Amino acid sequence: MPAGQSSSASNLDRERYVARFREMCRIREFETAAIAASNEKLVLGAIHPSIGQEAVAAGVCGNLRRDDIILSTHRGHGHTMAKGADALAMMRELFGRAGGTSQGKGGSMHIADFSVGMLGANGVVAANINIAAGAAHAIKLKGEDKVVVCFFGDGAINRGPFLEGLNWAGVFKLPILFVCEDNGFAATTRTKAMTSGDGPAARADSIGIKSETVDGNDIAAVDEIASELIDEARRGTPRFLVARTYRLTGHTSSDPAPYRPADEVKERWLNDPIENCRQMLLTAGVDESELSAIAEAAAKEMKDAYETAKASDWPEKDLAYVDVQDIGDPRGGAF
Amino acid sequence: MAVMTYIDASRQAVAEEMRRDPMVWAVGEDLGRGGVFGQYKGLVDEFGPDRISDAPISESCIMGAAVGAAMTGTRPIVEMRFSDFALCAVDELVNQAAKARYMFGGQTRVPLVVREPIGMWRSSAAQHSQSLEAWYAHIPGLVVAVPSTPADNRALLKAAIRCDDPVVFMEHKNLWALGGDVPDGDDVAEFGKARAVREGKDLTIVSWSAAVHTATEAATTLAGEGIEAEVLDLRTLWPWDKDAVLASVERTGRLLVVQEAVSVAGFGAEVAATVAENLHPALKAPVKRLGAPRIPISYAPVLEDQVRITADAIAAAARGLVKT
Ligand SMILES: Cc1ncc(C[n+]2csc(CCOP(=O)(O)OP(=O)(O)O)c2C)c(N)n1
Repeated sequence: MPAGQSSSASNLDRERYVARFREMCRIREFETAAIAASNEKLVLGAIHPSIGQEAVAAGVCGNLRRDDIILSTHRGHGHTMAKGADALAMMRELFGRAGGTSQGKGGSMHIADFSVGMLGANGVVAANINIAAGAAHAIKLKGEDKVVVCFFGDGAINRGPFLEGLNWAGVFKLPILFVCEDNGFAATTRTKAMTSGDGPAARADSIGIKSETVDGNDIAAVDEIASELIDEARRGTPRFLVARTYRLTGHTSSDPAPYRPADEVKERWLNDPIENCRQMLLTAGVDESELSAIAEAAAKEMKDAYETAKASDWPEKDLAYVDVQDIGDPRGGAF
Repeated sequence: MAVMTYIDASRQAVAEEMRRDPMVWAVGEDLGRGGVFGQYKGLVDEFGPDRISDAPISESCIMGAAVGAAMTGTRPIVEMRFSDFALCAVDELVNQAAKARYMFGGQTRVPLVVREPIGMWRSSAAQHSQSLEAWYAHIPGLVVAVPSTPADNRALLKAAIRCDDPVVFMEHKNLWALGGDVPDGDDVAEFGKARAVREGKDLTIVSWSAAVHTATEAATTLAGEGIEAEVLDLRTLWPWDKDAVLASVERTGRLLVVQEAVSVAGFGAEVAATVAENLHPALKAPVKRLGAPRIPISYAPVLEDQVRITADAIAAAARGLVKT
């Protein structure tokens, strides 16, 4: 049974969950705009939407301080936004324009905003796990009161860094929470078909990193368990959270996902975490008009971000040679 | 000036830098016991187990954790034992450490040093003997240092620890016991400055790491025959001292590159091509590379010797160049 029960409607902290609802709507609208831009060839390369998984980003990051640290994956827009990155700077980054979070050098798959403790999405599955362990190691060495959250997918547990990074966190008793978003798929393959044993929670437990499993489409459940585990991690006990969820889009925005039945997807849409959250807030007595206004504001914010990004300048060409390293001429020997 | 071994010089560099900057720490397998070659011997007594940190046998996490710890304000020294084992951490070094600063648009720096001992040593066979420096010279974002003397091991390692970008620091295992003069005081090397080991007018021999000593031995033999070879030790391969090499070859008109690594696609190819591109009319003979054949390194000495560059081979190649 998933741990972490939702608060009942009567004692729900409305303000808290209205804020989570707002964050989830913003993530959904950001990615909807980004997908449109991708279809129009304004956003280039691959983008990996997290539509359907917003409750994990909002529920976990909502429990972090600004100077806490997160690391993410190729599917990282939601985490980045929920950690506090500026939506317009993110949109510019996806468009490859000046004023992007990484000046247009990284794009969607390497989205990062160090000013809010977001130390990068990663194009290499599972690579962020070891880096996150190191960020937590530095926190411990410096005696800081921070925590690291490392997000990854269920597919990442089959790479070596999963074993090495979790073992490392356990050996050094690091302030870190690993969050495995189990959306059932690794690219176009059902993860279970390629995973021996009982999956992420069992593996974490076997390494001595105690796990909890939660319904990742239930914002209150995610929020409550995340708050608890983050507190524990901050005190130096590394923890592991499996959030069961579903990727409502294809692997990338251009993947029609023919490898899964249409009925399955249709049914999963009935468990949309944003709609779940809306219903929870309505039951708790929040005005429908308040929630509609929040959803509309999010849509407008991201539509504006899209328009502004589209009208933004390209980066200066010479920027290609900047920030390689302090020493040595990068043009040496080139055409 | 003090006389010191190559290994002691490196230990002194680490100790001095750790005293100077509390954010410097070292991490790797068995460091508490001094490391596999004794490079860290005694350091845990002064700095404690948090800063001379043992690690699990997890090369990819040692390197990956160092990337995370470097991006968040510390300056890790990563010990990989052998450059061969560092191949278990190539993603962390090449895709992560070398790219983070650029890929994130300058939002971060990755000030780490990865020590990867290279080279043939005591019949250690195919997986404990390689010289893989060219791999990393190819990667934008990395500095590659290949010290050949105790003085350079100290001065280059100090520079590497102070560098704000990732440095691949390749000590040669056969040099640990080599003694030499080491300057007193805070001697910090400048990357990209070659050292003229020997001056000469007839040809330029460019080398690095342990092969510098073999080249110097050959130059001594050649001097007895009236051939004056200039020997340059590159000391770092990125950045590398193009100016010094071009200036020398412009004077001598002949270039011989000597490397322990496999010659095919080795760093010597870069040096040779650069000289050929820039100095073609001034060359009195075609540029020449000497390096290992493209075979794995064997265990039996007689087989291992097949990949070893000898002073005799260098002298013979030099004679050939001077005759043309
Ligand atoms: C080391 C590595 N291998 C393969 C890929 C290609 N790839 C990108 S995403 C992905 C699936 C990852 O699945 P999961 O970790 O479950 O994350 P999700 O996509 O479901 O969010 C794959 C195979 C990669 N980026 N890195």
